[in-house]
Amino acid sequence: MAVDLSGIHAARPRQKRSFGNIVVFVLLVLAALFYVAPVYVMIINGLKDKSYMTLSDMWKLPRDLSGGGFGYAWDALRPYLLNSLQMAIPATIGSSLIGAVNGYLLSKWKFRGSDILFSLVLFGMFIPYQSILVPLIVTLQKFGLYGKWYGLTIVHIIYGIPITTLIFRNYFSNIPSELIEAARIDGAGLIKIFWQIMLPLGLPAFVVVGIFQFTNIWNDFLFGVTVVFSPSAQPVTVALNNLQGTQSVDWTVVMAGAAIAAAPTMIIYVLLGKFFIRGLLAGSMKG
Amino acid sequence: MATLTTAATAERADVGVRRRRGFGERWLSPALLSPSIVAMFIFVYGFIAFTFWVSISNWKTNRRDLSISDPTFKTYDSLFNQTRFQIDLRNTLVFTVLFLIMAVFAGLALALLLDRHVMGSNLFRSIFLFPYAISFITTGVVWRWIFNPETGVNALFDQTGLNDALAKAGVGPLKPGWITDPSVVWQVNGALEKIFPWADVIKAHLGIPVAMIPVVIAATWQLSGFAMAMYLAGLGTIPGEIKEAALVDGASDWRAYKDIIIPLLKPITISTMIILGHVSLKIFDLIYAMSGKGPGFATDVPGIFVYDKLFGAQQYNLGSAASIVMLVLVSLVIVPYLWRQLKEL
Repeated sequence: MAVDLSGIHAARPRQKRSFGNIVVFVLLVLAALFYVAPVYVMIINGLKDKSYMTLSDMWKLPRDLSGGGFGYAWDALRPYLLNSLQMAIPATIGSSLIGAVNGYLLSKWKFRGSDILFSLVLFGMFIPYQSILVPLIVTLQKFGLYGKWYGLTIVHIIYGIPITTLIFRNYFSNIPSELIEAARIDGAGLIKIFWQIMLPLGLPAFVVVGIFQFTNIWNDFLFGVTVVFSPSAQPVTVALNNLQGTQSVDWTVVMAGAAIAAAPTMIIYVLLGKFFIRGLLAGSMKG
Repeated sequence: MATLTTAATAERADVGVRRRRGFGERWLSPALLSPSIVAMFIFVYGFIAFTFWVSISNWKTNRRDLSISDPTFKTYDSLFNQTRFQIDLRNTLVFTVLFLIMAVFAGLALALLLDRHVMGSNLFRSIFLFPYAISFITTGVVWRWIFNPETGVNALFDQTGLNDALAKAGVGPLKPGWITDPSVVWQVNGALEKIFPWADVIKAHLGIPVAMIPVVIAATWQLSGFAMAMYLAGLGTIPGEIKEAALVDGASDWRAYKDIIIPLLKPITISTMIILGHVSLKIFDLIYAMSGKGPGFATDVPGIFVYDKLFGAQQYNLGSAASIVMLVLVSLVIVPYLWRQLKEL
């Protein structure tokens, strides 16, 4: 990886318990309260029943465990969760594979001008997507992809190329070239080296890219709301925003819905947070 | 960073591979790369060019009209003369500055605290970073309720007894309007017009829209973990001896951080500000879900303006022009950064 994470995980000799460390600990607890508060609000209020909990009770615990708004929110959002999954999984796999090939070529098979091409590709991950929406939609309409979930998948694959290429390029750069040299002496070519050496060695990078891309794609809103106009095919972020705008829906349901929409990426983060950190640092180029 | 140099050494060794490459394989690498390159040239550069064309065209209804307007930059002229877009640019500036200060400061503070390795550091680190994994829409939905004047933070003011204490002290209860507050404080229009007489073309109130502050807090909540992760990675590359020497050397902790450790982290600060700065120039989802345009466009930003004009009003040339302005703002931040990175490759 281009990112040195040793400092984050290295175990240091435990410092003596001092007054300073107690202050540090208390400050960390206070900060943690701020970071946890919105999640507390989201889950606690999602669990409430609006018939006896009013808005001013926001910070209080629910009186019983009836499930509150979760039942309704689950019914309302379930089809959109499936839409998001159906769209995000192939998009994640597709952009990861393309990024792996690009990263391999741009790190191990450089040619004249390849670094400049790499920079030109990279620029694509920083642009505000508002500046390509009109031609994008015109193009999707032309090919019958507008409003379809697989149209959205293709959009995410294409605009995922810069970040996946970047992460794989950084990763493969750190694989010693002697390995490739040796394989070439054995008669392996560009493609065979990729399949037999780089793909197996690149497995950790696939995990990092996969998690990071899945999170990005799952959380996207702008493409979802503009490319997929038909309500039945929209991703969950769009459905959640619509749920919030529906007058007849209680705020307890909206909170439960927010928790449901956030659940997949939060679960991934809890289980595989270490890889997620690598992805986000790699996305900053130098880390 | 040290890891970059190892990458560079590894690449230098590639020269040997390159020289012995056969004729067929010399073309294989660019050939296999070409589909992605072509896709980027169409979907990024080609589409930007098309959007620019739309922005100088007469396409302002749902009937496509790609003839160039006369004068060519008529749409940009009317865009910059719109009070709403002027407000949007003001909001972007205010949001970006406040957000960068808060996110970078919070990220640095959290990283320095975590670097003391007290009990539970790993758990704390995970807590501070997890909002980054959540979508802006979820964040916006939840924070919208927290900054709803009828509940949320204001309910806390009531229920913690803070407002009772204030009442006893003879001060009215603390009940800010948060995202519903239309006021713009610290306006500088008058002062600006005294210095630059032409500044009277600015119709927006130049000041800090109060409703933007809750949005800055929500954005900081979501993204300060990124700054923290960057600083932790940076702190990891500073040798322990330097840190210990700095802390032991007699001077106070504060001086050690101020004079030695924070200056060493300057490259991290710059990278973090560029990445977070370009995110804040593009901000859309969070505000769209949290406060929308806000009262009197108090939380409107170019991202929302573009969305409104393209998909609401169908004024394609106006929306496209605003999106090109967004692109230029982002490019001013990102292109020098990419340029510097390219030279280091």
